[in-house]
Amino acid sequence: MSMETTVAERRFTLDRQALIARLRAVLPAPALLAEEEEMRPYDCDGLTAYRQLPLLVVLPEDEAQVQAILRVCHELQAPVVARGAATGLSGGATPHRDGVLVSLAKLKKIISVDPLARTAVVQPGVRNLSVSEAAAPYGLYYAPDPSSQIACTIGGNVAENAGGVHCLKYGLTVHNVLRVRGLTIKGEIVEFGNAALDAPGYDLLALINGSEGLLAVITEVTVKLTPKPELAQVVIASFADVRLAGDAVASIIAAGIIPAGLEMMDKKAIHAVEPYVRAGYDMDAEAILLCESDGTPEEVAEEIARMTAVLEASGAAGIRVSQNEAERLRFWAGRKAAFPAVGRLTPDYLCMDGTIPRKRLAEMLEAINALSEKYALRCANVFHAGDGNLHPLIMYDANQPGQFERAAAFGAEILERSVRFGGTITGEHGVGIEKIDIMAEQFTLAEIGAFHRLKAAFDENGLLNPGKGVPTLARCREYTQARAGGAATSPRS
Amino acid sequence: MDTLIENWITRIADAARSGASLTIRGGGSKDFYGGPERGERLEVSEHRGVVAYEPTELVVTARAGTPLVELAATLADKGQWLAFEAPHFGPSATVGGMLASGLSGPRRQAVGALRDFVLGVKMLSGSGEVLSFGGQVMKNVAGYDVPRLLAGSLGTFGVVLEASFKVLPLPVAEKSLRFALDEAAALARLNEWGGRPLPISASAWHDGTLTLRLSGAAAAVEAAQRNLAGEPLADADAAAFWHSVREQTHAFFAGDAPLWRLSLPSVAPLQALGPTLVEWGGAQRWLRAGDARAIRVAAAKAGGHATLFRADDALKTSAGVFQPLAAPLARIHRQLKSAFDPQGVFNRGRMYPDF
Repeated sequence: MSMETTVAERRFTLDRQALIARLRAVLPAPALLAEEEEMRPYDCDGLTAYRQLPLLVVLPEDEAQVQAILRVCHELQAPVVARGAATGLSGGATPHRDGVLVSLAKLKKIISVDPLARTAVVQPGVRNLSVSEAAAPYGLYYAPDPSSQIACTIGGNVAENAGGVHCLKYGLTVHNVLRVRGLTIKGEIVEFGNAALDAPGYDLLALINGSEGLLAVITEVTVKLTPKPELAQVVIASFADVRLAGDAVASIIAAGIIPAGLEMMDKKAIHAVEPYVRAGYDMDAEAILLCESDGTPEEVAEEIARMTAVLEASGAAGIRVSQNEAERLRFWAGRKAAFPAVGRLTPDYLCMDGTIPRKRLAEMLEAINALSEKYALRCANVFHAGDGNLHPLIMYDANQPGQFERAAAFGAEILERSVRFGGTITGEHGVGIEKIDIMAEQFTLAEIGAFHRLKAAFDENGLLNPGKGVPTLARCREYTQARAGGAATSPRS
Repeated sequence: MDTLIENWITRIADAARSGASLTIRGGGSKDFYGGPERGERLEVSEHRGVVAYEPTELVVTARAGTPLVELAATLADKGQWLAFEAPHFGPSATVGGMLASGLSGPRRQAVGALRDFVLGVKMLSGSGEVLSFGGQVMKNVAGYDVPRLLAGSLGTFGVVLEASFKVLPLPVAEKSLRFALDEAAALARLNEWGGRPLPISASAWHDGTLTLRLSGAAAAVEAAQRNLAGEPLADADAAAFWHSVREQTHAFFAGDAPLWRLSLPSVAPLQALGPTLVEWGGAQRWLRAGDARAIRVAAAKAGGHATLFRADDALKTSAGVFQPLAAPLARIHRQLKSAFDPQGVFNRGRMYPDF
């Protein structure tokens, strides 16, 4: 498929046998995979439409082995792609065909949990949810909760600056990480941040979050733990019109309420989820909102009353408040299972990730419905409405000729609109390979140039995750020219 | 383009050509902060005004020269604010200076730092390019997070033209409480409370007294007040106290003795280095006087770092303002600096002497 050339446009010339010999010298035998059938499971991340075998796969067990691998790769000028659980949705962990794929899955120790300092030190391969499980005996948890939290790892969360359904109130990964230890491509140990709330010099910790494996390889992370609220309750409001639901989101914020979570699902998403999870969603609604409050029992009672009043005034057709923890979790289970639920309805789907100002939500939904007709592909919508972050799920069948291309074009139009509406092409999934071309929609050549110089400050020769995150200047020019040419010959509807 | 900005671009180009350095200056309220000033001043406070503000989006975008008092009034009008409570250090303080210094006030322990609220920036690089990063939305992972990198970069990357911040609703209720405790007991108490879901929004210990501020829904504040006991402060006294801590007008900060800021893990033991004021649940400790070397060693040993926050130029030069960096980080700093300012035009020596 033509997608393969997209993954690895920059080629590296390497003597594979020499690379194998050098890595064997520094790694235990089982830590190096070189046979095609052994490497096959590593050929993609959550963006399964893009598959690529790497030159080699290595599975280091500790930081010293990661360091040894990087020193060899740097010396031989071999590209390196780091990978955690590979649940990412933008192809950030797609292998490079001339490079070494470094799986950090074996670095999975929770090194310490300090209940008094409210921090945990973990290796990058530790799963997001296990941090909260380890902290639970102390009444603490790790706040960022991406939908993939059962499987995704902290290293990947940092690399992508992962979000979740509670980040309007509790922040993204960047707000919940105190220190990242890692290695430069040369194998130098670097620490960004520390055990305090800030570090001297530039805020490199902020920079490493969301850097998609382009700046350093992460070997250890100190995360902040948050006291578990005494109580959480969620309100489900159903609406007969998506526009009313969109306006209700703005009204909640206007009332001075910052919900712990504020999510929206459209009818197609509700119909995908309900038969699968039996969360109790209103199948007649055009859209539902999930609106959570947490805190002391007094605080929650007060806030739920205010939320309910706003939702009623916004024209909600039905309102339900979770009556106990089991019911609250069931209400959320539907939202958290939205991706797999849609996955049951279609052979393949693309998950978009644009963010727009909240006030454009309803307008965007209408535009997506029109695009769905234009491309003759179904699309279910789940939104982190509180943050304006959209996840349209475009359904297609890769085995039907032309469907993938139509789905990709559909997605690109959504992202172009996101930028035009004053938003961004990616809220939390990252650019990876998936959105690399459309970066030119959001950034000028001068800005892209600054990104390349920034990258070079960490990785002069561009060996870490090449072909991801930031397009080459040549590619940006091509994209812009193609768009200009296309518009001249076939004006968009 | 604005003629003001065109003039700046010319001055930047001239400076780059002649190898001169420019000191970017807004309201001048933070002239004291960072390494001694070098080169000519580039006065930027004229570029001012709120560009966009929509309360329901929880975002405000303002030009860098906008006075903080003006911005605060605009936000307060809609019941919102910049929740990290940045110190002004004078009535002339501007948005640009707030971002460049990256400083946060008493509420930092509860809501996060200034950098946590930065969403987007428009800047002028050392090559005179106008660059925009981030945006006006809460979640945005397209490209590297340059907006947060600019927070606290002391103007060394370029001239900030505009910045967008996340804003939050003003707290519904607040109450401050006092406790008579020695420093060790206060630190222990603060860390124990920190692990509980209490609405603590600020803390300050000095000279045998711990002052605690609770903020949030009225019901939550009342419940916590009952729970924690402590002696309640009259609202006006509490407001004046927290203002004096934030703005460093409290008696502790008076006089000419050097002021050190220690940023430590909140659980770090008491540092018997000199007169102390503890904030942020134990994570920020102010120190008057003391031996520079001993302070830096102690801070590093405790897992944090020390900044020479206020001092004369002689001491700043001999001791350095910021904790020295490990070699690989120092190299990354220099290269990042030249990625945005290749000729080293801006604020030379303001952060570290070698760039």
